Amino acid sequence: MCFNYDLVLIFGYNEPRLKFIFLLTDLSQILRNLNKTRIPTLSGDKWMSNAPVDTGRRRFLTAATAVVGGAGAAAVAVPFIKSWNPSAKAKAAGAPVEVNISKVEPGQLIRVEWRGKPVWVVRRTKEILDGLPAIDAQLRDPDSVEPQQPAYAQNTGRSIKAEYFIAVGLCTHLGCSPTYLPDTFGEQVEGVASGFFCPCHGSKFDMAGRVFQGVPAPLNLVIPPHQYIDDGTVIIGVDKGAA
Amino acid sequence: MKKLLIALVALVPTLAMASGGGAHLEDANIDLNDQESLQRGLDHFQNNCAGCHSTQYQRYERVANDLAIPLDVMSAKYVHGEAKVGELMENAIPETDAAKWFGATPPDLTLVARVRGEDWVYTYLKGFYKDENRPFGVNNTVFPSVGMPHVLQELQGLAVKQEDGTLVATGGTLSAEEYDQYVRDITGYLVYSGDPVKLERESLGWWVMGFLFIFFIVAYLLKKEYWKDVH
Amino acid sequence: MVKNIIDWIDERIPMTATYNRHVGQYATPTNFNFWYFFGSLAMLVLVNQLLTGIWLTMNYVPTAEGAFASIEYIMRDVEYGWLLRYMHSTGASAFFVVIYLHMFRGIIYGSYQKPRELLWLFGMLIFLVLMAEAFMGYLLPWGQMSYWGAQVIISLFGAIPFIGDDLTLWIRGDFVVSGATLNRFFALHVIALPLVLVVLVFLHLIALHEVGSNNPDGIEIKKNKDENGWPKDGIPFHPYYTVKDIMGVAGFLIVFCYVLFFMPEGGGYFLEGPNFEAANPMKTPEHIAPVWYFTPFYAILRAIPDKLIGVIGMGLAIAVLFVLPWLDRCSVKSVRYRSMTHKLNIGQFAVSFIVLGYLGAVPTTEILTYVARFFTVTYFGFFLLLWIYSKNEKTKPVPERLTH
Repeated sequence: MCFNYDLVLIFGYNEPRLKFIFLLTDLSQILRNLNKTRIPTLSGDKWMSNAPVDTGRRRFLTAATAVVGGAGAAAVAVPFIKSWNPSAKAKAAGAPVEVNISKVEPGQLIRVEWRGKPVWVVRRTKEILDGLPAIDAQLRDPDSVEPQQPAYAQNTGRSIKAEYFIAVGLCTHLGCSPTYLPDTFGEQVEGVASGFFCPCHGSKFDMAGRVFQGVPAPLNLVIPPHQYIDDGTVIIGVDKGAA
Repeated sequence: MKKLLIALVALVPTLAMASGGGAHLEDANIDLNDQESLQRGLDHFQNNCAGCHSTQYQRYERVANDLAIPLDVMSAKYVHGEAKVGELMENAIPETDAAKWFGATPPDLTLVARVRGEDWVYTYLKGFYKDENRPFGVNNTVFPSVGMPHVLQELQGLAVKQEDGTLVATGGTLSAEEYDQYVRDITGYLVYSGDPVKLERESLGWWVMGFLFIFFIVAYLLKKEYWKDVH
Repeated sequence: MVKNIIDWIDERIPMTATYNRHVGQYATPTNFNFWYFFGSLAMLVLVNQLLTGIWLTMNYVPTAEGAFASIEYIMRDVEYGWLLRYMHSTGASAFFVVIYLHMFRGIIYGSYQKPRELLWLFGMLIFLVLMAEAFMGYLLPWGQMSYWGAQVIISLFGAIPFIGDDLTLWIRGDFVVSGATLNRFFALHVIALPLVLVVLVFLHLIALHEVGSNNPDGIEIKKNKDENGWPKDGIPFHPYYTVKDIMGVAGFLIVFCYVLFFMPEGGGYFLEGPNFEAANPMKTPEHIAPVWYFTPFYAILRAIPDKLIGVIGMGLAIAVLFVLPWLDRCSVKSVRYRSMTHKLNIGQFAVSFIVLGYLGAVPTTEILTYVARFFTVTYFGFFLLLWIYSKNEKTKPVPERLTH
C-alpha cells in the first residue's frame, strides 16, 4: 500500500487546512497502521538470518515459476517463428500453373515457372522412350524407388503420359538448373544421345530425369504434382489426390 | 490550490463540448459473429461498390475462408475478370477512367471502417439525400459535398431532407427496415475487412490472459516465499 | 564440470565478479514499493521493441510507394504478422507509460539528487532519444497521421531564425515530407537510434550501480553498514528483487496483453484512426494531434502564440528536466520528509502534465488555449518554485534507517 500512501502524501497529508482530502488522509493512516501491525521493524541483517527456511517449498515454487515462465517464453517464440512461413502472398504466387503443351514440338523443352522454380516440359520422341530401359545399369535409381515423384509417375518414363516429361529443373545436388542437351549429351555419357547436364558440378540425368552413377547428385530429378485437364493442357502444382 | 480546482471544474464542460461536434451518427450495432450478415455484406459490396472501390489490401481467398464461402463460389460470383482467388481485391474499372468520371479516384475501402468508425459508415450509407446543386443530384449528411452518386438509390429511394434535418426516403424497392439491414450488412463486412483478425485475436487473447493470471499467481507465491526472509 | 567451465571463463573475463557486483551481491534497499517496478519494466519493453522491430523489418518496405501496403501485408498476409505489429505499436505506448511513471518516481523520491545527477542525466538522454525514436517510427506506416505529424514536427525547426528553412529542407531531403524522408527515418529508427538507446541504457545501469539505488525514504543505505561492510538495510538484488520483478512483469503483462488483444488501437490514442488511410500529400486530416505521449509538450507549443517562442517553450519544457538536480537545492530527498509546499508543488506538476496531455490531444478552442496557457505556467512554475523554496525548506527529520 506504500504507493497509495505516497500519493496521498503528495496531495497534502498532514495538512488540516485541506479538508477535501481528509478522507484520503484517514484512509492512508489506517493503511499505515495495518502495515505496522503486520510488518515488524526490520533488523538490518535479518535477510541473512538463521530463521528456518522451507527449502522444499522454495524449490518447488522456483521450479513452478521457471516452468510456467518457460512455457510462456516458448509460446512467445511461436509467432516469431511462424512469421517466417510463406505468406498468403507467396502462397498465392505459388498457386498451380496451367500450361498449354499442344504446341511443344518433339524433342523440344519448354520452361514454366511454378513457385518460383523452373519446371520443364519435354516432349520425348519414340526413340528416346525406347532407349530409356537400355541405360538402367548406369543409373543410381533406375526404378525410381526414392520418393522423388508422385506415385502416378513411378514408372519407366517417370510421367503420366510417356510422351511428356515434366520435372522440376533443379539439380538434386545443390539446386542449380541443369542444361538440356538434346543432341550432344553423348559427350558426357557415351552412347546416350540426349540428357541433362548440370554445369555447376557436372551431375548428369537421363531423359526421365534419372541420375547417373558417379556424379555428385544423389537423387533423381523431382517430378512435381501435376494432372492433365485435357490432351493439350496440364496443370502443375495440383493433382487428383489434392483436388 | 483553490485556483487550480476552479480551473479544473471550469474545464470539464468545455472538454466535453470539444470532444463532440459533427453530425449525429447512428449506432451500427455490428456483430462480427453473424457470419450470414457478413456474407450478405460481401455480396452487396461486390455488387454495388466493388466496381469503383477496391479493397486492395485484402485477398479473395482470405475473405472466402473467413466467411466460410467455398472457393469455387467465391471465384464464380465475386472475383473480378481474370483475377485468381489468391489475388488482392482490386476494383473493376481502371483508376484513370474513374478519375475522369468522378473527378477523383474512388478511395480504397479496405480500412474505411477503421478510419471513420463503423457508425460513420452506417450513417453515411443511410445519409444520401436529394440536392439538385450537386453534380449527381445527391448530397450526404455526414459527408457534405460527396462526390459520388447514390448507388443504392433504387433500393432506398431518394431521400428528401425535412425541415427538422431528418431524411425521409420514398419509392425504394426495400422497406426502411430492410434497407437498414442491407447497409448494416455492408457496414459489418467493411468492419470485418478493416480488421479481419479481430475475432481470432480476441479468442487468442483469452488464452493469453488465462496463462498470465496463472503466471502471476505462481510469481506472487514465489515472491512471498522469498520475502519471508526480509519481513 | 560446470564449475570448471566457470573457472575457465573467470580466468579470462570477470564474469562471476560482474554478476556478483550487479546482481548476486548488489545491495538493494529493502523498502522498494510499487513505483520501483518501472525500471525493470522499461527494460522488458525495450527488449520487446527490439525483437518485434527486427521482425517487422523483415516484411516492411521503406518506400513511399510500398510502406502503407506493406504494413497491411504484415497485418493480413504474414502469419502472426498482426501480433508482431500490435506488439510493437502497443509496446511504443507502453514504453512511454512506463518511462513517465519511472520519471515521476524519481521526482517524488528525489532520485535525481546528489549523488545521482549523472544517473538522472543519462535517464533524460534516454527519454530524449526515445522521443526521437518514437517520432521517426511513427512516420514509417506512412498513413495520414504519420505524414502530417512529421510535416508539422519537422516544420517546427523552421522557426529557428536564419537557418530554419534550410534546416527543414535538409531534414526532409525534399520540399515536402517524401520517400527520401521516409528512408532516412527508417535507417535512424531501426539501427542508429536503437544503438544509442542501448548504450545509454547500459550507462544508466552502470551509473545506478555505482552510487546504489535510492529508495522511498531517500536514505543512503550505504551510510549504515554492518561489520562485514554490508548495508544493514540492504538485501541482495538476486533473489529478492528478481522474484519481485518477475511478479511485476506478470502484472504488467496482464495489462499490456489486455490492450494488445482487446483494444490495440488504445481508443484511438495508440493507433490513430486517420493513420489507417495512406498518406496523401494533397489532403490534411480534419484534426491532427501527435500520439498521446507527445501531447503535453505539443499543448505547450500550441499555447504560446508565437512560432519561435512556442518552439523554444516546448524545448524548454524538456530541457528544464535535465537541470532538475541543480534546481532542487534541498538536501532531503524523499517527499515523505519534505515540506507541504513541495508536496503540493509535485501534485500540481502531475496535474499540469496530465491536463496538458489531454489538451494537446483535442482540437483547440479559445477557452482551451487559455486553459493550456494556465497549465503551461504551472508546469514551469513547478521548477521555478522548487528552486526558490528548496533553498531554505522546512523539512521533517529523516530517520537513520528505512521505515517501510
